[in-house]
Parts: sequence; structure tokens; C-alpha cells
Amino acid sequence: MLKIRIMPTLLFKDLGLVKGKGFDSWRRVGSVMQSIKVYNMREVDELIFLDISATDEGRRPDFVAIDELADECFMPLTVGGGVRALEDFEQLLKVGADKVAINTAAVEQMDLIAEAARTFGSQCVVVSIDARRVSQGKFRVFTHSGKILVDIGPVELARRSEQSGAGEILLTSIDRDGTMEGYDIDLIREVAGSVSVPVIASGGAGTYEDFVKAIEVGKASAVAAASIFHFTHQTPLGAKQFLASRGYEVRL
Amino acid sequence: MLSMKTVAIVDYGVSNIDSVRRAIEECGAHPIVTSSFRDLEKASHIILPGVGSFPVAMRNLRERRIVESLKEQVVAKKIPFLGICLGMQLLAATGEEGETTEGLSFISGTVRKFQPLSQDYRIPHIGWNSVIVVRDNPLFRNIDPASNFYFVHSYHLDCSNSEDVVARTPYCGEFVSSVMRDNVFGTQFHPEKSQKNGFQLLRNFLSI
Repeated sequence: MLKIRIMPTLLFKDLGLVKGKGFDSWRRVGSVMQSIKVYNMREVDELIFLDISATDEGRRPDFVAIDELADECFMPLTVGGGVRALEDFEQLLKVGADKVAINTAAVEQMDLIAEAARTFGSQCVVVSIDARRVSQGKFRVFTHSGKILVDIGPVELARRSEQSGAGEILLTSIDRDGTMEGYDIDLIREVAGSVSVPVIASGGAGTYEDFVKAIEVGKASAVAAASIFHFTHQTPLGAKQFLASRGYEVRL
Repeated sequence: MLSMKTVAIVDYGVSNIDSVRRAIEECGAHPIVTSSFRDLEKASHIILPGVGSFPVAMRNLRERRIVESLKEQVVAKKIPFLGICLGMQLLAATGEEGETTEGLSFISGTVRKFQPLSQDYRIPHIGWNSVIVVRDNPLFRNIDPASNFYFVHSYHLDCSNSEDVVARTPYCGEFVSSVMRDNVFGTQFHPEKSQKNGFQLLRNFLSI
């Protein structure tokens, strides 16, 4: 059986590890390298690693830094932030990423999804969608780390991404990000129900029960979380033991 | 002695070479990332890693004249060889990703896309899944018979000869997750990303 993945998300700015709330008020939460070593030792299922200032600063990914971090990371790794060209995919895969996430570029350069899928295979192209509720029951996509509103809904962007060759969707609720009040289940269910690629739920996990809801009701294939692991005593292993006790297939 | 082993990791432009290189280093062997015949000739073991698409990978292997080198070292000289993920798929006779492409033909079979049985089976197949060993082999020595390994792929190798199959994994029915024929081995999963079990498998390979 394919196991449910619990994926810690590491967000970094200027190579310091941060965590915010609603994509704002970033707090420093330690060195990235230290976190990677800890997660590596604890054998987590997979890591997501996002450079949240690259696009805003008009930079490409920091390949040298990512190379160093990936060298300590003997586990599956998805890397994103500042990815705008085919060469960025090539470089990131080369230094140790298993999958590459694109967010702003997925909206601004839809062709990049198809080109990357053709060259490197769909399985390594992750489209990261950041969405927020703009009115009752209506979601809109935001790019540039949640700063710029785009006139497209997350369902439509996910469908288009899948058609272009994306192999996975990382779906983050900006409203719930860092709140630890639970995932936006409506958002997850809408998107997961409209594509056939795996969807990773992100934004809002505060308890192990939140993971169950994202999987059971939202139909997510994997759950990503940051605050719950940075700011509480709950751990990826604890989450998996909880899921196992509820009858879900996890890797223990 | 693993420290004496020189492992050639074939560089053909589209793959996650560095993870494999680091994992080999951690296993105590000496990795060289290369596409040159001379390096392949010196190696005690050869690994063909893989991320990418079958047709692009085969084109790159041909353009860099790696196909002939591999045939010489692997088929004629019987150097232990491990294909990982796409690297295992390339062992096949044909690939059906995009256009139909001729593979290395070290193992007879065809690479096909997963056919989802229902919406519960999402494609690509991404994550940790059980690898059920179906015959005795040196690659899975000291590894529990139904251990989890990390997968990330949309295509799988459909073997023509069941005696080449070493392990199977349940997904959309069942698919071949590891193969072996003489000195040629393949894993559809990524041992370099599969933590303890993956390292054990790589060490087993290096001691062949």
C-alpha cells in the first residue's frame, strides 16, 4: 500500500529558517541546516524546502546553498522558490532535489510546466498553488509569496497544470497558514476532486486530527505542515502513530 | 572492502546525480560522476541514476556514446550494474513514454504508463510503498521482505520474463519494483532516498 506522507515544510529567507502567519510576520526559527539534520535523523517521509524571498528579490534559486543542504538530506526533497527556467529545474535536480516546485512561474509561464515535464518527467514537476478566500466560497490564486492576486481560481489552475504535465499539486491556504486552526478542507476537497495527480494539503495544521480531516474529507495524498512541528510538541512520527491508530497506512 | 570500490555514476544530463553520489560516499565507496568510457572502464560498479523522460534520456545516452560503453562494460565484461528509477526503465527493450523508443535492452520488457483503476490511484505514484521480494537475490540481503522504499514515477517496467523479477509493489494492481539478470540490477524506487533500507541495498550492491 502507498503510505500517507507527512511532510515538514521548511521556509527560508536569506538562509534563515522562518515561519509566518498568513504569509506575513515571519519569525526566525533557527538554522536550516540544523533542522535538516534533525529531520534526517528522524527519517521523515519527505521534506519541502521553499525559498520564499527568491522571486520577490528577482533572484534564481541559491544553488550553492541548496546543494550544501541537500548533501545532508538522505530523504526525498521538494525544492522551490525563484524557479523560472528549465535550467533551474536541471540545476536543482542535479544538486539533489527529487521534485521542483513552481508557484509564480506556473501562472506567468505556463509553458514551463510542459517543457519541464517533457524533459524531466511529470513526476518531478510540482505546481505550488497559494490560495485565499476572496468571498463566500470563492477562492483566488496569489503569486509572489501571496502578494499578488491573480484572476484565476485554484481549481482551474490545478486542472491546467495537470493538463500541462504537472505531477503533483502543493496546495496552501494563505488564510490558514501559521494559524494552526486546521486546513481549509473546502479548498483541499475542491482541488483534489478535480485532478488525478496527488495533492499535498498545506496551511493550518495544528493537531493530528487536522491531518485526518485533510486525508479523509479533503482527499489529500499527503499533508505538509510547519508550525505544528516548530511550535508544539507534536512530531511527524507522533502524527504517523496517530494516523496508524486510526487505520491509515503510514510508514513507521 | 567497500572503500576500495570505485563506482561510476553515469551522467547523461537529466538526473539527480548528486544524491546518488552522496549516498555512495556515505556507504564508504568512491563515486565518480562521469560519461567517459575511460572512467566506466575503471569502475568496479556502475550506477545509472534517473530522473527524466525515457526518450530524452535515450537520446542523451546515444549522443554521448554511453550506450556502446555500457554494452561493453555491462554485457561483455559483466561489471555489476544498477539502474535506479528511470535508470531501471532504460534497461528495457522499449519505452512507451511519449513516442516509442528503443531502450538499452538489457532486460526484455516494455515501459508503460500506469493505468489508474479508480480516483484513489493518483498518477504519478509518489511516496513510500512496500517492496515485496519474490525471489532470493543479493540486493535485498538483510532487508525485511516487505520494506518501504521511496517511489516517484508515472511509468513502470513490464517484464517479459518473470525470472527477471526480484520484487513487486502493489499499486494499480501490482508492478515490478526491482529486477535482476546476471550482473544487471534495477530498482524502480530510489535507494538513495530510502534511508536505512536504501543504504542497506546500496551496500549490498557494492559488495557484489
